[in-house]
Amino acid sequence: MQTKKMTFNHRWLPYLLLAPQVIITIIFFIWPASQALYQSLLRQDAFGFRTTFVWFDNFQRLFVDDLYVNSLKVTLIFAVGTTLLSMSVALLFAVMVNKMIRSRDAYTTFLVWPYAVAPAIAGVLWWFIFNPSIGILPYALDMFGINWNHRSNGDQAMLLVIIAAAWKQISYNFLFFLAGLQSVPHSLIEAAAIDGAGRVKRFWTIVFPLLSPITFFLMVVNVVYAMFDTFGVIHATTEGGPAQATNILVYKVYRDGFVGMNLGSSAAQSVILMAIVVVLTVIQFRFIERRVNY
Amino acid sequence: MASIKINNLGKVYAGDVRAVEDINLDIADGEFIVLVGPSGCGKSTLLRMIAGLETITEGDLFIGDKRVNGLEPAERDIAMVFQNYALYPHMTVYNNLAYGLKNRGFPKDEIEKRVQETAKMLEIEQFLDRKPRALSGGQRQRVAMGRALVREPAAFLLDEPLSNLDAKLRVQMRLEIKQLQRRLKTTSLYVTHDQLEAMTLGDRLVVLNQGNIEQVGSPIDVYNRPESLFVAEFIGSPSMNLFSQADLDGPTNENAAKHLPEGTDILGLRPDQLLFEAPDTPHIRLDCKVALYEPAGAESHLYLILNSNGQHVTMRVHGEPPVHEGGDISIYAPVSAVHPFNSTSGRRTD
Repeated sequence: MQTKKMTFNHRWLPYLLLAPQVIITIIFFIWPASQALYQSLLRQDAFGFRTTFVWFDNFQRLFVDDLYVNSLKVTLIFAVGTTLLSMSVALLFAVMVNKMIRSRDAYTTFLVWPYAVAPAIAGVLWWFIFNPSIGILPYALDMFGINWNHRSNGDQAMLLVIIAAAWKQISYNFLFFLAGLQSVPHSLIEAAAIDGAGRVKRFWTIVFPLLSPITFFLMVVNVVYAMFDTFGVIHATTEGGPAQATNILVYKVYRDGFVGMNLGSSAAQSVILMAIVVVLTVIQFRFIERRVNY
Repeated sequence: MASIKINNLGKVYAGDVRAVEDINLDIADGEFIVLVGPSGCGKSTLLRMIAGLETITEGDLFIGDKRVNGLEPAERDIAMVFQNYALYPHMTVYNNLAYGLKNRGFPKDEIEKRVQETAKMLEIEQFLDRKPRALSGGQRQRVAMGRALVREPAAFLLDEPLSNLDAKLRVQMRLEIKQLQRRLKTTSLYVTHDQLEAMTLGDRLVVLNQGNIEQVGSPIDVYNRPESLFVAEFIGSPSMNLFSQADLDGPTNENAAKHLPEGTDILGLRPDQLLFEAPDTPHIRLDCKVALYEPAGAESHLYLILNSNGQHVTMRVHGEPPVHEGGDISIYAPVSAVHPFNSTSGRRTD
């Protein structure tokens, strides 16, 4: 790797130039993160009079807590579901838009629009659409004899949050897939056509493998999104319910910490969450290095 | 192995843009045809129509005895070599070669046998496990050829396959392609804008201009007897000198004009047909100034300026010519060497 060496006239100038970034990182990341690390080792009594240092007791308790193990499972289903749904729908859209010639830009613009909608607002939109008493979708589903009530049916609630969370991410994935598709040389497709591969085969043996760097990148981004950035969606739709069915880790951190006021446990959970994402990212990037083409 | 028959073939794009017009061509089994012409003359479009990558809007195309107008590229039993090679970057060389065979459902051992044979023929055996990005330009070119050869198709279509190579490699690959074609005797269509490639490779040349065929013939026929002004200028390097009859004055030239066919108003003379001394037969005389002398080893190029109209004249000479830059000189050519053309029709007059 090439490193550029820069010489400054004044000794302190480089530090001064770095300072804003460093200060912001310290105030908004390092400090709160270390607070969380420290708090995860503490326990307060119910009234907040006494705080004791309990070492890793908070962590130990979590892994024997059924609610927490359930939340791990729920998060896994939610993250996998959201990533699969948003990426497959985005890829489908990208392939279809890529075939268009004249209206491509217009469709691209419309498909990117949802990304500008704030998660909480998106959540409220879906809340209205799926609302068991006033929503349009339960009304429509009722005609097919399907009874939709995500307030009592945990699977339906999970489906709802997955759809709501994936919907927003489709735009982002779509843009990357479209750019990826456009960078596949046309002559490769033609060569494959001459080599006797049909449309579907061409896609899966030529185009899709060439998209693999983008697919892996999006997988990382989507899993991280599903684990961290979906608080707003959950909060606006199901609030983790019914009966913990959609209580994903990041929402549980909030519920236990700020509603249940169990700060020690909440901090321990957020530390675990951070560790999970770090590990995931490392694994996925390792994987990318080996598998991806180009 | 198959012949190709092209009847009144045309391509019209939306908005009445005609890329290719009324092409008629019979290609014999095993023949090596070179389509040559400047950029935008429709040569690639024609090739892609034969390949099935562009739809045919007019006329008929036969490969063998079968009309293939509506057939998918895969059903036409042709193979194509692309300018940028179009190798599948995520597959090894082996899989690049095997892809077409796999898609056609060949048994595994047959694929293995064919790939190995082809690789051996092209001397790429040691690269079979590599990905295309780990190959040099020349090696990629061989793999692209191999992918076409391995299927043993009825016809090869090559779209400027050498234009991404450096000059030295291009000459080498040109020879190899020619030898390969001689050995395999597969009907081949080769598109190029390089007239040297065209001259050296083809059994027959098809010179295209603005979507029309200007001339079809063996390279030497096309060179010796260009049928139109366009072909005269396009084939041959340095290109043919063209003189307007009106700019050639003096009694010698007036006499020479009587021996030219009727309707001739443009006289073409190849740079190597110009002489320092007047022949005994009726001849053309050109009074010039020497602008530049360019020695190139075995032969030299003289760049002259015609006194009557300031036009540039190129002359090819052997050895050192008796001239100095800036000096006056008279050069001659026998009338028999003149290529006579008519400027209105653009065609040859004899």
